[in-house]
Amino acid sequence: MTMPISKKILFYFLLSIAALVVFAPALMAFVMSFMENKDIMTGTIPQSLSFDNYLKAFEQFPLLKYLFNSLVVSIVITIGQLVLSSLAAYAFVFLEFKGRDMLFFLFIATMMVPFEASIIPNFHIIRDLNWIDQYPGLTVPFFATAFGTFLLRQNFKQIPKELREASQIVGMGDFKFYLKVVLPVAKTSLVTLGAYGFLTSWNMYLWPLLSTTNDTVRTVQIGLKQLQTQEQLNDWGVIMSGAIIVIIPTLILLFLGQKQLQKGLTEGAIK
Amino acid sequence: MGYIELMGISKSYNKQSNVLNGIDLTIEKGEFFVLVGPSGSGKSTLLRMIAGLEEISGGTLKISGEIVNHLPPKNRNLSMVFQNYALYPHLSVEQNILFGLHAKKIDKEIQRKRLEETAEMMGLSELLKRKPRELSGGQRQRVALARAVVSEAPLCLMDEPLSNLDAKLRANMRIEIRRLQKRLGLTMVYVTHDQVEAMTMGDRIMVLNDGIIQQVGEPIELYNKPANLFVATFIGSPKMNLGKAVLKDSKLLIENALEVPLEQMEVPTSLQNRDLVIGLRAEHMPHGSEQHQIQKVEIVNVEHLGNETLISFEVGTELWTAKWLGQWLVQVGDIVPIHISVENMCFFDADTGCLIQEAAFSQKQEVVSK
Amino acid sequence: MSMTKPMPDALEIQEINFESVKRKQRVKSFTKGMLFLLPSIVLFGVFLFYPLFKTMYLSFFLTNARGETTVFVGLQNYIEMFTSPIFHQSMKSTFLFVLYTVPTTIIIALLLAVLANEKLKGIGFFRTIFSSTMGISVAAASVFWLYMFHPSIGFLNRILNLIGLESIGWLTDPNWALIAVAVTTIWMNLGFTFLVLLGGLQSIDSYLYESADIDGAGYFYKLRRITIPMLSPTLFFVITVTIINAFQTFGQIDILTQGGPQNTTNLIVYSIYREAFSNYQFGTASAQAIVLFIIILVMTIIQFKLGERKVHYQ
Ligand SMILES: Nc1ncnc2c1ncn2[C@@H]1O[C@H](COP(=O)(O)OP(=O)(O)OP(=O)(O)O)[C@@H](O)[C@H]1O
Ligand SMILES: [Mg+2]
Repeated sequence: MTMPISKKILFYFLLSIAALVVFAPALMAFVMSFMENKDIMTGTIPQSLSFDNYLKAFEQFPLLKYLFNSLVVSIVITIGQLVLSSLAAYAFVFLEFKGRDMLFFLFIATMMVPFEASIIPNFHIIRDLNWIDQYPGLTVPFFATAFGTFLLRQNFKQIPKELREASQIVGMGDFKFYLKVVLPVAKTSLVTLGAYGFLTSWNMYLWPLLSTTNDTVRTVQIGLKQLQTQEQLNDWGVIMSGAIIVIIPTLILLFLGQKQLQKGLTEGAIK
Repeated sequence: MGYIELMGISKSYNKQSNVLNGIDLTIEKGEFFVLVGPSGSGKSTLLRMIAGLEEISGGTLKISGEIVNHLPPKNRNLSMVFQNYALYPHLSVEQNILFGLHAKKIDKEIQRKRLEETAEMMGLSELLKRKPRELSGGQRQRVALARAVVSEAPLCLMDEPLSNLDAKLRANMRIEIRRLQKRLGLTMVYVTHDQVEAMTMGDRIMVLNDGIIQQVGEPIELYNKPANLFVATFIGSPKMNLGKAVLKDSKLLIENALEVPLEQMEVPTSLQNRDLVIGLRAEHMPHGSEQHQIQKVEIVNVEHLGNETLISFEVGTELWTAKWLGQWLVQVGDIVPIHISVENMCFFDADTGCLIQEAAFSQKQEVVSK
Repeated sequence: MSMTKPMPDALEIQEINFESVKRKQRVKSFTKGMLFLLPSIVLFGVFLFYPLFKTMYLSFFLTNARGETTVFVGLQNYIEMFTSPIFHQSMKSTFLFVLYTVPTTIIIALLLAVLANEKLKGIGFFRTIFSSTMGISVAAASVFWLYMFHPSIGFLNRILNLIGLESIGWLTDPNWALIAVAVTTIWMNLGFTFLVLLGGLQSIDSYLYESADIDGAGYFYKLRRITIPMLSPTLFFVITVTIINAFQTFGQIDILTQGGPQNTTNLIVYSIYREAFSNYQFGTASAQAIVLFIIILVMTIIQFKLGERKVHYQ
């Protein structure tokens, strides 16, 4: 079925307006990151564009270090979440044992406890473990996720149970079946969850703010805040270049995995 | 002593009602044994209990003389083919076939050898590198069979393995599976809800309904001597024609509509003075060309099958079907003579549904064939 | 068939055997299940359930700067909290904030999703743009909007000046600050909400529309009678998530307003943070955390109850 041309034009018009409005703040920041400060201050059309702001940002701040820290933290959290939630989802789908339903309810209950409500004791736990300014302090608390478990459970449920039975008949154990069959078969949903986990960990704010006191493991989000508060001259070009650097990895990830994410999120959300 | 022995096997999922009840059964070594019954009758459940995939609620299960109730599937030395084939989608055909041998850590050399033999036998040699999704339904089916064959387990269980195939392929695979079983000397327990499959493949058949054994026997026996009304209507196509009947004077009155003379036949005392249901196979009601035992009926439906013609007519409130050999140019509304003889009738008790007396005619036939 | 019935006592011996085997198997499968779940359960225990109970415990005490309890004060923390005007302001702002953000986010995202669900050439590009804010972190988004709201060089005030209006102190005027933070939040959440709603729209079977076309139904009739009802599970999910997110807002506040002006943007999580980690009042901060917990708990339960009745599941 094809649309009449007039309707098509209307849709393109609406879409373009909407896209422009939605993307405007990011677009402006992007342009500003290449502008000289005096052009920004006066609001004139820039005479020349340059990478000076980026160079300055990297010179004045340990941005590379922050980026590296963020990368480590995000990857570790992602892997931790994938391992723990796939194990848990396996148990909820393929194993039958007493108390399983009760435990499942417990997982649902965790969705009702906001992390922010338990942040004070969490901070004290990390402090008492000497994990302040340490990678474990930034990562371990986020390994267990109910959302990830539900998403994978939904996916594992679509694996025919005859696959498990066929493997039982040849005497394959559960852990081996999990490794050799379930994980490869559910590869795409693992990738989806991984992308989502990476995205959210990269963008974490409150916890890294609390659990880092110096640059050793500080993530790039907190680095950006530092940049913004310490940039005395109010040099917006430098600040924006920092912000653009922060969002580039996640934007790339999002552009690559948009379709996957969309499917995965709806599946995990609805069923 | 049989190869598989079920003694008083029962199963309940919820501790209240039983899905299977008091199943006593012996399956011999090398036998092709078919479990047939309508949907929900408990066939799969029974098969899965033999496999060890389902816990046995009551009774004893022996395989080659040993009690195996408590053994996990892998210690029962059997293979199984599933309705959806249960192929691992991420593995190639070769890896799928070798999956079990790999899990059992069988020597690599032996794996290779068995793979080659099996692939050859099943005609899969060209497809070994493909993934299941790149195969046709029939080829997938063959991989599933190959997986059972390669395990060299003496007992093979199959749960409706052909129901996802089209009619023609199904007919081919029936023969292929049957040949394979004979060639390898496998003991086969085969579940189907298709009575044609059961009749054509089984050495013996067990008919199951509502978790209760209706009858166990050879295909011909089930056809000629159905133990009760359920088996009578379940086995055979078109299904056996039934009608309530009473003996009156020297006549049999069927559905208050048809009067069939008893002729010279002696009436056993077991048939007298009780409510009966008679059963008559479609092929035992030919066109009435001879001068005796002829009824006139009005045709309500005609089906031309090419080599034979199905003629339906009403007997009281029942719709009966007769099968005439050859092509008959008759039409709905025609009154035709039809041969209906007491000789061909099975007699059932109207209350219990159990067979009282089989058709006299089939008794004669059996004698001939023996 | 049943020619060799076992002797009665032999049968008994066997049954006892089976029972113990069954019990062993049950213990084994329980252990296995627990092994698979243990990592998650332990971490939930340590970093979620224990802290939750610890928070409740702390809320009945005064603490020192290290967070160790000093004096048991019973409900005193709660009483002080509920009589404190600052907390009242915080609750008021939080609920206003939810009211500002949730419906707006969902309506805009839904419009975008409906637009982007048309099968047009190049629609992928628009979808990417609309979902892009999902990849933009709180810190970056706040910095972007910090510029937009800048009193002198900011984009918004420049536009206002251009059309002859006076500048607004977006982040410094108590009447505007909460709205400014809300706008930032709506923009940030748009990407995620859009993506989920688009997914919901695309999972609606196209034959529903085709049969409506055959019946000659119009665009808005289809939207109202097919799209919205079929989308209701997704909408339900999105509403729940957006509400919960709104209650957990923190980063935007920290960068844009630090709770000011006059505490108008001192939303509950920021309030907890300030009370605990600037004022070291862990007791009162914990009492506030418990309030947050209860609000979210109640919200989730209400959503579930309402959702069960209203939502149309396939
Ligand atoms: N896991 C289960 N829990 C509860 N009841 C079950 C379970 N599995 C099967 N049943 C019930 O047991 C009965 C027999 O099921 P079974 O699968 O053995 O039937 P079947 O003869 O194989 O039917 P079909 O031809 O449709 O495959 C059915 O009534 C079914 O509802
Ligand atoms: Mg079945």
